[in-house]
Amino acid sequence: MQNNDTWTLGGHTFTSRFILGSGKYNLNLIRAAVEDAGAEIITLALRRVNTRKEENILDYIPEGVTLLPNTSGARNAEEAVRLARLAREMGCGDFVKVEIMHDSKYLLPDNYETIKATEILAKEGFIVMPYMYPDLNAARDMVNAGAACIMPLASPIGSNKGLATKEFIQILIDEIDLPIIVDAGIGRPSQACEAMEMGAAAIMANTAIATAGDIPAMAGAFKNAIAAGRAAYLSGLGRVLHRGASASDPLTGFLHD
Amino acid sequence: MIKVNGEMLEIAEGTTVAAFLKEHGYPDKMIAVECNGAIIPRSTWEEAILKDGDTVEVVRFVGGG
Repeated sequence: MQNNDTWTLGGHTFTSRFILGSGKYNLNLIRAAVEDAGAEIITLALRRVNTRKEENILDYIPEGVTLLPNTSGARNAEEAVRLARLAREMGCGDFVKVEIMHDSKYLLPDNYETIKATEILAKEGFIVMPYMYPDLNAARDMVNAGAACIMPLASPIGSNKGLATKEFIQILIDEIDLPIIVDAGIGRPSQACEAMEMGAAAIMANTAIATAGDIPAMAGAFKNAIAAGRAAYLSGLGRVLHRGASASDPLTGFLHD
Repeated sequence: MIKVNGEMLEIAEGTTVAAFLKEHGYPDKMIAVECNGAIIPRSTWEEAILKDGDTVEVVRFVGGG
């Protein structure tokens, strides 16, 4: 079946609305996770090369998948820009997920430094995807700085706690004219589904899959949940009755009439 | 002495980036090299010479979120 419900990011068109993180996996499971997730975008990190024989993660990622390097490890805009430039030097495209944090306990992103990095990188032609704490003012600054989307966190990275910032993500979805990709903290397919029902453009998840009992099966469960949430959003959710009830059955023709 | 990925190393005078990488067994694909904060493009590895006191970073992709 052809899927016409596509979305675009920096001029590139995607069908899948599931961005998969590649951290914490046994490399042998990455390919299955990507395939079962139906993911078209995979995040990666940059680290120093250890000259001892190391496996190359790229050998485990299926052909044709868009690589999205992140700037993890950056503590300020300058370090993020440096990492982004090094990532682009690898020749895998212009995408970069800007991730700047200097708090090692909660791993919360620094919105201010992220705005600065977004501005510099967008001017250099990067497709900048800023990971941020969901704040409307900061998101607007990121839009003005040239961001290609906004990636608000649902709850702290790796916590699997779900949509703790739901109200604020909804504000971004309603007010920001770029794809909103909910990133970090989504722990269950139902939470991914809920974010999609709210109108998110896509979901990014890593720990929820990497720490699941059956990794490929969980990747598939997320894929289905994201598709269901998207279909629900496009369909228009039924209204909520705040008081009383409303019968689904006819209110006439009862046997006792 | 040069500093590579945080480690001090002796190098012979006139060592190019390409020769250094080969000598130390770095993979030849999917790495990027930075010297004193500036990227050394792959196309210049054969000519770029490492000098005493240089700080070099050699990076690659790993799994991440």
